[in-house]
Amino acid sequence: MHSSDEYAERDIDISMLTRVEGEGSLRLRMRDGVVESARLSIFEAPRYFEKLVEGRKPDEVIDIVARICGICPVAYQMSAVHAFEDCFGVEVEDGVRALRRLMYCGEWIESHALHVYLLHAPDFLGYASAVEMAEDHADIVGRGLQLKRLGNDILALLGGRAIHPVSVRVGGFSRVPRRGELDALRHMLDHAVEWSAETLDWVSTLDAPAFERDVELVSLVHPHEYPMNHGRIVSTRGIDVATGAWRDAFEESQVPDTNALHARTRSGTTYLVGPAARVTQCADRLHPRAGAALRQSGLGGAIAANPYWSIAARAVELLHASSEAVDILDAYTRPDVASVAWEPRAGVAAWSTEAPRGLLFHRYEVDASGFVRAAQIVPPTSQNQGRIEDDLVAFTPTMRDASDAELTHGLEQLVRSYDPCISCATHFLDVEIEEVP
Amino acid sequence: MTRGAPTVGVVKFASCDGCQLSLLDLEDHLLEITGTFDIVEFAEATSRRSPGPYDVLLVEGSVSTEEQAAEILELRAQARTLVTIGACATAGGIQALRNWADHDEYRRAVYAHPEYVASLATSTPVSSHVRVDAELHGCPIDRGELLELLSALAVGRRPQIREDAVCLACKRRGVVCVTVARGIPCLGPVTNAGCGAICPAMDRGCYGCFGPRPEANMPSLTGSFLASGGTRADVARLFEGFTAYAEPFRTTVSDLRGRGPEEDADAQQ
Ligand code: SF4
Ligand code: SF4
Repeated sequence: MHSSDEYAERDIDISMLTRVEGEGSLRLRMRDGVVESARLSIFEAPRYFEKLVEGRKPDEVIDIVARICGICPVAYQMSAVHAFEDCFGVEVEDGVRALRRLMYCGEWIESHALHVYLLHAPDFLGYASAVEMAEDHADIVGRGLQLKRLGNDILALLGGRAIHPVSVRVGGFSRVPRRGELDALRHMLDHAVEWSAETLDWVSTLDAPAFERDVELVSLVHPHEYPMNHGRIVSTRGIDVATGAWRDAFEESQVPDTNALHARTRSGTTYLVGPAARVTQCADRLHPRAGAALRQSGLGGAIAANPYWSIAARAVELLHASSEAVDILDAYTRPDVASVAWEPRAGVAAWSTEAPRGLLFHRYEVDASGFVRAAQIVPPTSQNQGRIEDDLVAFTPTMRDASDAELTHGLEQLVRSYDPCISCATHFLDVEIEEVP
Repeated sequence: MTRGAPTVGVVKFASCDGCQLSLLDLEDHLLEITGTFDIVEFAEATSRRSPGPYDVLLVEGSVSTEEQAAEILELRAQARTLVTIGACATAGGIQALRNWADHDEYRRAVYAHPEYVASLATSTPVSSHVRVDAELHGCPIDRGELLELLSALAVGRRPQIREDAVCLACKRRGVVCVTVARGIPCLGPVTNAGCGAICPAMDRGCYGCFGPRPEANMPSLTGSFLASGGTRADVARLFEGFTAYAEPFRTTVSDLRGRGPEEDADAQQ
């Protein structure tokens, strides 16, 4: 070891990232102000979901894959149910299609309110948690909790409970609500719209570090709708493939330094999925109220370029989801049947939907009796992981003169701005389990 | 939080985070709770950390790596009252299905570099490793039961958690029996009732996520499933869910499959 290097070398080791879902760590190695490597590691214990669903029937798979993530179970249920229905040629009723969007609205509201208010905002305002933030900003935290609760209420109404709802079935739902059951919720949703608009106004006043980069953004894009369960997989740099054809454009490839697998485009580049990608690519398909609020905020460009401004993308989507939920409830007539009959077919069931954190791809090989023979699940955080690491490398030199403590804090904040869901990412191919110091 | 308030830690092992999220989902009561307790460790919600000691430690997740098996011993030593929350922590969770399978094959199938994956062959409940003072069932736990537990702990009384089966919850709620009315297989007769009969109320059978009742009459229920035309594998799959590793579901699954799970070799405490 050369003594001159000893001073120039710098290792930042965050052994436990906080205010993220699941357990992960961050390790960064610098030499002479240049970052040699940044690695977001995941030390969540693997749970082997791809194996757990082998030998199971479609409706059982829907119940099982929900348990990959307690924050976005509906996303797992939606990708799975659409994959199976596509494979078996099942056409659901329009009313069922609308209710599934309503369910996703509920999950986006619950998940985005959780991230904006409880996990992310404390970074902007300098608190260790929302509880401490509430000591000075009780109204703001209270609004976030109420908004989150309304998201949960939508889920509980349609699915029996907010975490791991029970009603999603191939062909439709086990049960669909009667109109009258929706009245109380409908009344409250006017508040959700109002609070969401206030959320965007409020986050617009926050100070985000100036850090811009040029990234490939990937999301579903649909000709008429803001993307949730349907659309093509499209990127800002020319990718355009069918909803189930994720593997045509992306692959899980090996990264030399880590011996772990990350998702990359077929040309080997990193990319970003999630609210910033959706808002950027689909701004003209936002609910008119959300579209107008986005334009008025003037944050469209910042959302695309600066990861910290993802908080504004989530606020825009809160307004979209609560506004669309109102529209769906106002137009609701109970579907004639909760679920249509279906028969399994041998084939490949592959589909992507838009989880709160971005594109979620499922692929199941199914036999003629409907049993799953093999499964692949690619969650949003696995796809963003490479991009997060690239951004850490690009960001660190901007804090060259910072102390270790400041740099550590800056890096943690950057990671949190992606809302990484480590519980999701853990059970998949891009995991490296390390000794935790 | 007030000075001298009881300290609470929330930690996780192998899990989906849904049970600890239930704490944040107590939205209306959350700020009350944080006023009553001093939450000193809850990595998902706060950047403050504490290695203990804790007056109350809520443990989510199953024990499924060597590190976790060691960590739970240390945590037990730091905790005055240790409460397991959810099917992962109380029963091993859905991931405990690997206890019946070849773990190496699982590892190889899911990971390109199985040698990096330091997981144990089994996923086991916390109670296989250390003494547990109280349990909340469910995948996920019920928010009402969590609130009752915390309220009771705050004043040092016994939590009042209802002890009966989902069937009785259906009766209380006036839900028509899905098995009688439509012949849907339902685990309601043998499952703990903490959820308030969510599934039958949504027109489907209970899949046992609150875990088996200790007095469950398994032969009677499996007999009726087999009699109504299910194969042994079909009936096994009904119990191969989120609490499969909890007795008496565990023995039922093993009998129907004709093979038992790996022994708790790693759970020697
Ligand atoms: S018991 Fe269910 S909800 Fe709770 S952590 Fe485990 S998988 Fe998640
Ligand atoms: S009815 Fe059964 S499976 Fe459904 S939530 Fe209750 S205990 Fe869980």
